[in-house]
Amino acid sequence: MKKSIKKFISIIAATVAVSTLVVGCGGTNSTGGGAKGDVTLTYAIWDKNQKPGMEAIAAAFHEKNPNITVNVEVTPWDQYWTKLDAGASSGTLPDVFWMHSSNFLKYANGDALMDITDKLKNSSDVNLDNFPKDLVDLYTAKGKNYAIPKDYDTIALWYNKTMFDAKGIPYPDGTWDWNKLLEVAQKLNDPANGVYGFLSPVDTQQNYYDFIYQNGGEVLSEDKKKSGYDKPETKEAMQFAVDFSQKYKVSPTVQQFADTSRDQYFESGKGAMAFFGSWMVSEFKANEYVAKNCDVAILPFGKKKATMYNGLGNAVSAKTKNPDAAWKFLEFMGTKEANAIQAEKAAAIPAFKGTEQAWIDNNKQFNVKVYPQMLEYAHIFPNSETRSKWDPLETQIFSKMWSGDISVEDGCNQMAKEMNDLLATEQ
Amino acid sequence: MVIERNTRKVTKGVKKTNRKNLSDYGWAYLMIAPTILGLIVLNIWPLIQTCYLSFTKTSGFGKNQWVGLDNYIRMFSDSSVMHAVINTLEYTVISVPVGVIISLFIAVLLNSKIKGKTIYRTIYFLPMVSAPAAIAMVWRWLYSSDYGLFNYLLSLVGISGVKWLTDPNIALISVIVVGIWSTIGYNMVILLAGLQEIPKSFYEAADIDGAGPIRQFFAITFPLVSPTMFFVVVTTMISSLQVFDYIFMMIDKTNIAMEKTQSLVYLFYKYSFITNDKGYGSAIVMLLLIIILIITVVQLKLQKKWVHYQ
Repeated sequence: MKKSIKKFISIIAATVAVSTLVVGCGGTNSTGGGAKGDVTLTYAIWDKNQKPGMEAIAAAFHEKNPNITVNVEVTPWDQYWTKLDAGASSGTLPDVFWMHSSNFLKYANGDALMDITDKLKNSSDVNLDNFPKDLVDLYTAKGKNYAIPKDYDTIALWYNKTMFDAKGIPYPDGTWDWNKLLEVAQKLNDPANGVYGFLSPVDTQQNYYDFIYQNGGEVLSEDKKKSGYDKPETKEAMQFAVDFSQKYKVSPTVQQFADTSRDQYFESGKGAMAFFGSWMVSEFKANEYVAKNCDVAILPFGKKKATMYNGLGNAVSAKTKNPDAAWKFLEFMGTKEANAIQAEKAAAIPAFKGTEQAWIDNNKQFNVKVYPQMLEYAHIFPNSETRSKWDPLETQIFSKMWSGDISVEDGCNQMAKEMNDLLATEQ
Repeated sequence: MVIERNTRKVTKGVKKTNRKNLSDYGWAYLMIAPTILGLIVLNIWPLIQTCYLSFTKTSGFGKNQWVGLDNYIRMFSDSSVMHAVINTLEYTVISVPVGVIISLFIAVLLNSKIKGKTIYRTIYFLPMVSAPAAIAMVWRWLYSSDYGLFNYLLSLVGISGVKWLTDPNIALISVIVVGIWSTIGYNMVILLAGLQEIPKSFYEAADIDGAGPIRQFFAITFPLVSPTMFFVVVTTMISSLQVFDYIFMMIDKTNIAMEKTQSLVYLFYKYSFITNDKGYGSAIVMLLLIIILIITVVQLKLQKKWVHYQ
């Protein structure tokens, strides 16, 4: 009797062990759902500040299509692309997801996105003329559309009103040039209290790219075949960005930024001015210190006015199990209604022309109208198919430049060479 | 005649074990099947695939192109890989001896008759239970040059601004400290188990002979705990060579100390997942595999010199 009970228990144990192994290997993909016609879609995003906005859009869509439910999943930016890459290689991408210009070409040319060119032509709800042309082009590859623009963002100058008031300096008003920016930064710099005049880290879109284009330089040639880092205008701009921390000592050094991020400096009142993108508005609104003490103004100009602009797109996986439902959701997100919800929830500046007023109205505590105002001279964020390879090189080489280990001249030349090598491998 | 009887006995015996074979071994195989299956699917098959990938150039999603030894040639001329090898070896050479000796010392203390033994054991084991991300976050704050606790305490005695995590010469040591701190508990528990197997009679005999505690340690404790020590040293060495999480979480991408701190696994992660160059990343990890294999084989050979098996 004892022996057979032992045998029985060991059979159960073995079965449990084997089954946990099998169950543990199962993924969490969107399923077809229970009842016939009921579909659940996964919508992947990376900004937790925009989650309420995206969920509101999903809810509005669900009202119109009760048999389709959309689950919004947030993965922080640093891990978003790692996760998506793994999904693309294994054919398990989320149904609908945010696409960024820096990775778009990789996904489009890698056949990971659904080709929506024909669907867009036949759609009665979505008309591409309602979106800025640069953004629509950004999400086209080889003449085909792969994503619908969702929003656009520009960069503006954030400043600490309290510090300006304390020293009796007038606020930035869009008439500032580089010299004025440096002058005010030096006046507001207060090393005794650990306060810096202008926060200048190794950041592309929210720092040195803006300086480069304001000086008439470029990061990438228009035809995407050559790097712009060996141009003298680009090098001048880089020198300006580096000098804040190295020459004029009005910015934390790259070593200090590795310990404390620029956001932390600004949000704790240790930085008087910095460039931030429009996507930071909702975080700043929720931050007590910034909401009370800071405001935003138009960027200073160099030889000319320029700001970086970029826009996210919504795309559908090429291998989604629910192509029709996913397309319907994508289509809905390209309508005026969805963009208006985005503006209302202050998620980001919606791409649909004319809907940005709601976004401005919902962020009354800051002078955010400057963001859409700069769109007229904004330059689209430079990207190419191998961006994911030359972007880390920028961080690596420019960190050394910022710390003074290599000169701006050498760093830019080195970057130009590496970038040209990579650009040559693109088709 | 004697021989015949013997062979009959032998054949009878063989037949007996055959019948026993099936039922005993059958159950044994069934019991280890889940682990073996897991090992093959999650460890051995990916190992073979990684080896294959190291000879290819990956592009796009899953489109691989055989390039032979190109990745290896690139790897041996890449200075950042050579630095990473030095960093990884430096990490191991410092953290293994220091970590194991501290763990042994604490295990010996906690094996003796002191009050509150269980509480101390729990305290020393706690770091193992905490999430690495939480540990990294707290230590990162402690190490912060401008706002961290360590520099604040040092400033009270007049030493200013040590750049714990951003000075290329010190960053790796800072990470090593965290690494040792978090694994003391695990090694201590294993060594404690090894210590408790030593019969008390040896110590009593030594006391009668008049040996002091230090003499007792080197004559009795150390030789008899050496099998456990061997296990601890080998496993700690292997996991030190694979260090990644603390470096990833404490050293920012823009940190200029990165070149002198990044480990081989960090480079593997960077090339495989950030720049999506899985072929090159695989070649780097194959290099690490060979380094670990060589070190472990050397240790196994040296076993006979210092490990005392009863």
